[in-house]
Amino acid sequence: MSMNRRTVVKAIAAGSALVGASVMMPRVAMAAWTESAFKADKQDAAMKALLGSADAADSAEVTLKAPDIAENGAVVPVTVRTKMANVESISIFVANNPNPLVAEFIIPAGTEADVSTRLRMGKTSQVTAVVKADGKLYSAAKEVKVTIGGCGG
Amino acid sequence: MSMSRREFAQLMGLAGAAGLLPTTGFAAKKQSADLYEVPNFGNVRLLHITDCHAQLLPVYFREPNVNLGIGPAYGKAPHLVGDKLLNHFGIAPNTLEAHAFSYLKFNEAAQKYGKVGGFAHIKTLVNRLREGYGRDKTLLLDGGDTWQGSGTSYKTRGMDMVKATNELGVDIMTGHWEFTYHQEEILNNIKAFNGEFLAHNVMITEDALFEGADEYIFDEDSGRVFKPYMMREMGGARVAIIGQAFPRTKIANPARFIPDWSFDIFDRELQELVDQIRAEEKPDAVVVISHNGMDVDLAMASRVSGIDVILGGHTHDGMPQPTVVKNNAGQTLVCNVGSNGKFVGVMDLDIRNGKVQGFNYRLLPVFSELLAPDPAMAKLITDIRAPYTDWLNEELAVADEVMFRRGNFNGTFDQVICDALREQLDAQVSLSPGFRWGTSVLEGQMVRMEHVLDQTCLTYPETYARNMKGSDLKLILEDVADNIFNPEPYLQSGGDMVRVGGFDYVCDPMKPVGQRISEMTLDNGEKIDMNKEYKVAGWATVGARSEGPDIWDVTANYLRDKKVARISKLNTPKLKNVANNPGIAAYAKL
Repeated sequence: MSMNRRTVVKAIAAGSALVGASVMMPRVAMAAWTESAFKADKQDAAMKALLGSADAADSAEVTLKAPDIAENGAVVPVTVRTKMANVESISIFVANNPNPLVAEFIIPAGTEADVSTRLRMGKTSQVTAVVKADGKLYSAAKEVKVTIGGCGG
Repeated sequence: MSMSRREFAQLMGLAGAAGLLPTTGFAAKKQSADLYEVPNFGNVRLLHITDCHAQLLPVYFREPNVNLGIGPAYGKAPHLVGDKLLNHFGIAPNTLEAHAFSYLKFNEAAQKYGKVGGFAHIKTLVNRLREGYGRDKTLLLDGGDTWQGSGTSYKTRGMDMVKATNELGVDIMTGHWEFTYHQEEILNNIKAFNGEFLAHNVMITEDALFEGADEYIFDEDSGRVFKPYMMREMGGARVAIIGQAFPRTKIANPARFIPDWSFDIFDRELQELVDQIRAEEKPDAVVVISHNGMDVDLAMASRVSGIDVILGGHTHDGMPQPTVVKNNAGQTLVCNVGSNGKFVGVMDLDIRNGKVQGFNYRLLPVFSELLAPDPAMAKLITDIRAPYTDWLNEELAVADEVMFRRGNFNGTFDQVICDALREQLDAQVSLSPGFRWGTSVLEGQMVRMEHVLDQTCLTYPETYARNMKGSDLKLILEDVADNIFNPEPYLQSGGDMVRVGGFDYVCDPMKPVGQRISEMTLDNGEKIDMNKEYKVAGWATVGARSEGPDIWDVTANYLRDKKVARISKLNTPKLKNVANNPGIAAYAKL
């Protein structure tokens, strides 16, 4: 079967892919609960409000893909994936943003835990991906540099 | 105006097969045969040029006296200057080679040995190196920064250099400043280029893919805009060549010209590509033509395995020998071949039984007086320049001292540009980017419009004059300093420190970002107040287009007015904690 990349991109954009719906739905259902997490101005507070704890174990099984230097701080592409079993959610934090919690993805049972999004970053910061699986928290982090650019030779 | 012997020779189409011009002076005395006599070794010859910055004619180019290595780069190639560099590579001082590879006694030696580079001279040398080895066993690779840097490349949107590289016979290239034209122009230029344009690390954005970029990109599934690699059978061996474009193009240069493309180093993707090529194509050798810059190439060579040779550019380091980097799969040779057409790298490889068994390397300086110009190339260059000669040749001012740019901090030509910005745009202070291109003018020689263009010619030349707070100025200096002095090469973006006019500062390259710059002080002795506003003039804005006149006109107006290019005060920082660094010499403020 050949479904090329452009078709997939279009399908996702059209909202026909299951993943689109599954990410949206819980957000509405839990809006009241997550509001304090999204409004928190410290990463620890945001993690506690969202996940119940600010402690997540560094794990090589969490893959966080982000650039070393952002081409454009306004839209920094990141991908988080893991092969862990029973993944419930993936959340992404930017420590130096005014509101560190950027996104939470609810992963329905049986779904591949592989999400991509774009972050807005005002300055250089640690970016942390937290995977909740079997009720426990696992993380991977990476510093992404935001620079004024220019002056390259 | 007097015509030089070389210009005369070009005009007459006078040229030997590859040897000497009938001449007097240095060229007559020097036994040049040994310089370009490279013994044949192995069965594959890779000829490597890079970063010519569209210099079609011979030029002067002064190597840096400041090229600091910080952290793991301390004291290692390419971060060696002057005697330290000569000692490291075993080059005798006061020789032609010492002049080629170092800044030492530049003015005197440049007068003695003459200009370097020039496409007609490079062509003669390349022909000789190909024919002497067997044309079918050689490849000519160009690391990019070829389509930008001169008045003619600006006027023709890089097409002059496409024609020149076609005439030269470049087989493969990759790019950086090539991406400072518009997307469609770049694609058109590549179409007109007879060789292959390779870049594994330029990806299409999802948005562009959605809008129909699949019409022209190389591969929709990987997202690669350009062909990532090619195979070549030569000398009985299968050689894979991968292209690595400058990974920080959209950070160092305007993203607005190339909105649909995204760049990075892409280690993981490169490792996958190397592994795939090794498995499917069964190559005997894997070569990368790279525009990473030497520090990034050295780091990449330690992190990605399975590459035999990286032919590198970007940082304009003329390294007489490659650096050998050990990694999981054995070793990788990392080369860098300078800039402005000054050098041709010759990498001879002995490839047998499915692997590289040995190598012989020479970095040949192109001394124009020792190589007759190739007549066909000379004619092409004359034709390219013909519509613009009045503009290019205008004499502006006499150089009071050697005018140059290259080095981590202000060069003399930068100071002229910074002074011109302040005076012409009525600003307290000025900023000028620390590009590594820009040719040199000897003391007492005429600075022509062409020289100003060599220093300034890019596709976003508009100037600005606007108020900035002291804290904004500091932020700019800190960010640029981190792009050079961050000990992690992947966090560097290449280039040298931003040049300043009207103020001085103290810089400690060893400190982390935010703490390197201090004591910013105006020329009148007043400390720069972080909360006060200052009128700042500059050029080459990467974000939005500025509204002021083009930088070359600002500089030319200033020089016409002054008639002498003279520096009254060089605004170069006082440096801390680098006095013993082998990457600095003859620097006054330590």
